Amino acid sequence: MFIIGELINGMYANIREAIKERDKKEIQKCALDQIACGADALDVNCGPLSKKPREDMPWLVETIQEVTDKILCLDSSNAGVIEEGLKAAKNGVIINSTTADKEKLDITVPLAVQYKTWLIGITIDKGGIPQNKDRRLEMAAAIVADCQEKGLPEERLYLDPIVLPVNVAQAQMKDILDSIAEFKLISPGIRTTVGLSNVSQGSRQRNLINRTFLTMAVAYGLDSAILDPKDSALMDALITAELILNKNIYCDSYLDAYRKK
Amino acid sequence: MEIEEILEKWSGGVYSVSIGACAEDGGSRKNTVRIGGQKSLPLLFKEGDIPNRPVIAFEIWDIPPQDWPEGLVSSYGKAPEDPLIWAQMCVKDFGARLLCLRLQGAHPDCGDKSPEECARFVSSLLEKVSVPLIIIGSGDDAKDNLVMPACSEAAKSERCLLGCATQENYKTLAASALADGHSIIAESPIDINIAKQLNILISDMGFALDRIVINPTIGALGYGLEYAYSIMERGRIAALSGDKTLSSPFICFTGQESWKAKEAKGGDKQGVIWEIITASSLIQAGADILVMRHPEAAKRVFGHISVLFGGNNSDH
Repeated sequence: MFIIGELINGMYANIREAIKERDKKEIQKCALDQIACGADALDVNCGPLSKKPREDMPWLVETIQEVTDKILCLDSSNAGVIEEGLKAAKNGVIINSTTADKEKLDITVPLAVQYKTWLIGITIDKGGIPQNKDRRLEMAAAIVADCQEKGLPEERLYLDPIVLPVNVAQAQMKDILDSIAEFKLISPGIRTTVGLSNVSQGSRQRNLINRTFLTMAVAYGLDSAILDPKDSALMDALITAELILNKNIYCDSYLDAYRKK
Repeated sequence: MEIEEILEKWSGGVYSVSIGACAEDGGSRKNTVRIGGQKSLPLLFKEGDIPNRPVIAFEIWDIPPQDWPEGLVSSYGKAPEDPLIWAQMCVKDFGARLLCLRLQGAHPDCGDKSPEECARFVSSLLEKVSVPLIIIGSGDDAKDNLVMPACSEAAKSERCLLGCATQENYKTLAASALADGHSIIAESPIDINIAKQLNILISDMGFALDRIVINPTIGALGYGLEYAYSIMERGRIAALSGDKTLSSPFICFTGQESWKAKEAKGGDKQGVIWEIITASSLIQAGADILVMRHPEAAKRVFGHISVLFGGNNSDH
């Protein structure tokens, strides 16, 4: 499982404050803590309240790069903000994200090709959030076709079925899980990711819902997730799920063994 | 129609382990032996780097061998009566570049030699031969925990390979090997889960994973060879897929297992064949060190390795 740490996000008060005050230490600590807990990449999001995201994004990228060369997942719905981040980035980048809208694909896919990045394609368009699996697959196919046409190699694309809160869209959960498996039918090389914490948005048992969904999604073939790697119960559940799927060889200390990787 | 060659891509690799220290590294060996380092399954040269070929270690004891068939012992003439002469014969006459000393004489049933006696033997052996050493205990845990620290100290800085640590008995040996700059053999009973667990336990003591060699335990031809093969293959695939806790090279005690077979005891030639087939098969499984007994079998397997890996070295 490719783990993208979600904690560098202006949505959180400490990060919002650190961005505002240009407090590098707070950001760098957050980066290193997540890596120590198993993050393979770090999501970078200025947050909805950022007044100057085009300045904040490159500052965040530069600040994080001072302490790690891990892949950065530039998270913004604004392609201009992402491009500022791309210009500052020295290491691998994931663009997070594009929707299935043609005009959006026409901007983000060429950026991914030009900067040789990975790209997360979310199965959503201006028509709104998909209400079933077929609609998700339809949009996934549109994203895949567009990337092929524009020359983005298939292994650089992650499809995200858009996870909805269980307390809002309970009836859709099974469709979301099925989509994870069925995206692979479009092309076996396609990889999948989810923004995990959405599933528990507004619920009381957030951590339990997160880890239960993740465990199930792993069984459906999920390749990656944006999550809180500092939630050790979540990470333990993930490692155990992969163990049960025979992705790693069992030993009594398998949790330690996984972390030694 | 041209058929595309499908090659596997691996993200991990086997650790490279060096045995023996020359003068510049604080030891007194004239050569060192490097094993492991593969980034591909055995012999699939196109899929990844295979920097080192399997090596043969000649097995010698600190006492004349007791349960070896007559034909096996006599292949060394009268030399085994004096283990130091036996050791020198392996190096001089048979071109051994690595010796595996089994301290059988320390076993309570085989002479019960004291730790001091064993340590003195190791010191003498280091003086008489200049090749790197593998040193393994008698198999009696309680006694080995007394003998191995003394022998480890006697060979300090020679970067030997010491064995065999097991899940039930690893701490004493690991602590000694760590203190005296040796590498360690981690033995598991044809069980990949225990192999992995033991590597973690040993590394938790501060041992670098790249100083561990796995003894997966093998069976000879007809005695579980295919089980050993499967275990080694599974471990190697995990290593190549990035599992560092299984990324250690393998040592296989092919001589010991082959000569236990009743077929091997059925005639000298048959025993030699048994050892050759067992060792050759385990090369396919990924063996990095083959501990062998009969010089003729060692010679044949060395020739086989030369064919498989190309080129030729005059020494084993």
